[in-house]
Amino acid sequence: MGKIRTPYLLLLPGFGFLFTFFILPILNLAQTSTQTPVGGGDTGQYEQTFRFQNYIDAFLDNKEQFARSFIYAIIATILALMISYPLAYAIAFKAGKYKNFLLVLVVAPFFTSFLLRTVAWKQILGEEGFVVPTLRSLGIIGQSTTLTSTSFAVVMGMTYNFLPFMTLPLYASIDRIDPRTLEASGDLYANAFTTFRKVTLPLSMPGVVAGTLLTFIPAAGDYVNASILGSPSTKMIGNVIESRYFKIVDYPTAAALSFTLMAAILILVTIYIRKAGTEELV
Amino acid sequence: MNKKIADPSIPKIPAGAKFQRWFGRNLIRVYMVIAFTYLFIPVAYTFAFSFNDAGKSNLIWKGFTLRNWQNPCGAPDVCSALANSIKIGFLATLFATILGTMIAFAIGRHQFKGRSTSNLLIFLPMATPEIVLGASLLSLFLVFKINPGFWPTVIAHVMFCISFVVVTVKARIASLDPRLEQAAMDLYANEFETFRRVTLPLVAPGIAGAALLAFSLSFDDFIITNFNSGTVITFPKFVYTAAARGIPAQANVIGSGMFFLALAIVIAGQVVNRRKSR
Amino acid sequence: MSFDASSARGDLILTRITKSYGDFKAVDDLSLTIPKGSFFALLGPSGCGKTTTLRMIAGLEEPTVGSIHLGETDITTTKPYQRPINTVFQNYALFPHLTIFENIAFGLRRRGVKDVDAEVNKVLNLVELPHLAGRKPTQLSGGQQQRIALARAIVNRPALLLLDEPLGALDLKLRRQMQIELKWIQKEVGLTFVHVTHDQEEAMTMADTIAVMNEGQIEQMGSPADLYDNPKTAFVANFLGQSNLIKGTISGNDGDSLVADLYGQKVSLPKSRSHATDNSIYAGIRPEKFRISLLNTPVSGNVLSGGHIEDVSYIGVSTQYQVAMPWGQELIVFEQNDDGVAPFKKGDAVNISWEPIFTFALRGDEDVTAGSEVNPEVLDEE
Repeated sequence: MGKIRTPYLLLLPGFGFLFTFFILPILNLAQTSTQTPVGGGDTGQYEQTFRFQNYIDAFLDNKEQFARSFIYAIIATILALMISYPLAYAIAFKAGKYKNFLLVLVVAPFFTSFLLRTVAWKQILGEEGFVVPTLRSLGIIGQSTTLTSTSFAVVMGMTYNFLPFMTLPLYASIDRIDPRTLEASGDLYANAFTTFRKVTLPLSMPGVVAGTLLTFIPAAGDYVNASILGSPSTKMIGNVIESRYFKIVDYPTAAALSFTLMAAILILVTIYIRKAGTEELV
Repeated sequence: MNKKIADPSIPKIPAGAKFQRWFGRNLIRVYMVIAFTYLFIPVAYTFAFSFNDAGKSNLIWKGFTLRNWQNPCGAPDVCSALANSIKIGFLATLFATILGTMIAFAIGRHQFKGRSTSNLLIFLPMATPEIVLGASLLSLFLVFKINPGFWPTVIAHVMFCISFVVVTVKARIASLDPRLEQAAMDLYANEFETFRRVTLPLVAPGIAGAALLAFSLSFDDFIITNFNSGTVITFPKFVYTAAARGIPAQANVIGSGMFFLALAIVIAGQVVNRRKSR
Repeated sequence: MSFDASSARGDLILTRITKSYGDFKAVDDLSLTIPKGSFFALLGPSGCGKTTTLRMIAGLEEPTVGSIHLGETDITTTKPYQRPINTVFQNYALFPHLTIFENIAFGLRRRGVKDVDAEVNKVLNLVELPHLAGRKPTQLSGGQQQRIALARAIVNRPALLLLDEPLGALDLKLRRQMQIELKWIQKEVGLTFVHVTHDQEEAMTMADTIAVMNEGQIEQMGSPADLYDNPKTAFVANFLGQSNLIKGTISGNDGDSLVADLYGQKVSLPKSRSHATDNSIYAGIRPEKFRISLLNTPVSGNVLSGGHIEDVSYIGVSTQYQVAMPWGQELIVFEQNDDGVAPFKKGDAVNISWEPIFTFALRGDEDVTAGSEVNPEVLDEE
């Protein structure tokens, strides 16, 4: 149905737009990453010198932030997975007629602004909130420990903010499992734990993969959580890139860092997908 | 007198198994309560503090008042930030939905060379960290001596929303039974009429959902906006810069308001859906 | 070259139609004339090309080679909406977003017909569902949806009405009822019906003429009785009902009859029912034509002796016997239980006899298993 030309005509405006405002900028960024400041020129003036050393410098100067970003992102992803999986499972199998209602309930908190939620956590976990004084009086944490401006708070904020990105794909995948396969597993002598391990988990893997990717990738590049809930010692690579644009003007380094971040993410994701073994992403 | 005497011929369930069953069933329920409480804590906090009689710095509870709700634009810049977010959101949604729907139809309906490359191109922006999207776009604008501001922000938002629109609409198109369009042609509708009277009405819910998604992504966006908006303040930007000294309660009012509005829209959508299929 | 062919009328003529997908020929050099006003069935197993043929008639597919004429008009390259042909789809394809009334009115509105209300109500009364006009398709049962799909097509008074296995999703009782109703509607409205099905009982119940299709070609075409009593190929013999096919040779001639030797036993068969090209044949007899008798009972007609009952299956209306013959073949016999309980038991030594005119003969080089597999469409979803 439809002439041969139709798909191309339909694609043209959208892809034209994406090419101009996505592909081109990325290419431009690549081109910026190998520039150096013009000797004796104003700040912000660069010349193309194909200085690939920029990448090495950028990486070595900031390896601590790189490591931190990935560690935080991985921990946040794992936590999100641990929190979301039982939730998604419960909604898919145990919710009955409340399924849709509960799904809305899972997504609803994220209708408030992401910034507001994060600032709320900052205040809840801060000195004036109720959590810290309570924990202190119960003796769980010392009098001088604070929860804000810590890596704990940053990771917690990340986990919280990326929860729906983990829960929804997980739910979609778990919901597709035919409950009769679980019954069949029981019929064939598997107990609840074995059924989970050998039937439920493998069948929900596409959701697990999608969820972890949708959580990890933005988390690795995030800097808002670190900014609001953390301190200078919890700086992530995102913070560094941001400051290289707005505070210390150093575009080539910022560009090099961006690409290094993307490359690192790509490598990790490829290894992960190979191991997890699913192809369909979109 | 009404005591039931256990019938000895009916086998009894051992107490251990009974407990196991109760535990299993209720463990899940307990977990769900805990999980949902955790999800709603910041929302509840934001909502509660929207009633705080706090003046400029909304950090400590000072007293209950309805004044913030009665005068949500009381604090300086809050409502202009909100207005910017809404304007940008509306424009970005409009363009992203149109462009994205066209792409979705092209990929979802036709076989053509470069189909898998197209799929990849759509996937890439979703897989790129926001900071890279924002920074690269800013770099491009700077090269062309375009200052960050309102329209660069709209462009940036359209850029990252298109992919989500495509994925959403494509899914809806895929669930469309092709025989419905064949039936329409069989019943004397030409290609255009078939699209207008059968295809479009059936894909419309997907397009609406995609538009809603695009708007919420745009409204809530911070990182990409931060790079490309210059002096234009959006609502998330306002909250970010105000975070240090304390966000005015009016911002809480607006945040809570958006929450309830969005909740109402989603629930209304569900009710309409359920009524349609009855 | 598409043009508006909506005024074309007459017999439907397919001339040397082939539909290829790469190397695979779904329809292979098929020629067919469907007379105006008849109830025509395309019968065959899944994959035989019957649905593809139907879709080409509707205009939803284009033939690779060949032409389609409606009367004098060549409609081969016209679009579906330019042909006066309507289809009742297998899963009904009712528009879920429109009411029943609007579904039925759809074709009328596209053609700019003036008095839509009257026409829609007329046809709703025909299918006896006037009270459903305001509902949506998802609110209807399968049987009701099927009738609305039919109404939606009929209301346009097409030159040809195509039915793509429309009764497949209905349960048995409802299907039987719809078969009778469809036949009645066809006679009442006077349209040409082309019905595609894999169910041979359905085809035989409803159609005036049946074309049996296999692997893209027509094996045999004729009235249900023709095809059943006088099949030309093993496929037709096995696909329509069941057949006993016994290898043999033609050994002589006797006026209108031929004499055949089946494993040393002689039987006669009418020349008009022999499709053999040389002396090697398969003699074919339908199971209900056989008569079983114990050894000392008198018999007439063709006789095969030396049989032993291997299996007895009581099915209420009839009893099915499997009789092992001395040459190793098991013959199937249906006996009507019109005088009570089956008189034969497993192990009984019996003779089989039948009237010679009920014998048909197929070529000796036929594949005797053709057409007899379990129908995969019963297991298939479309």
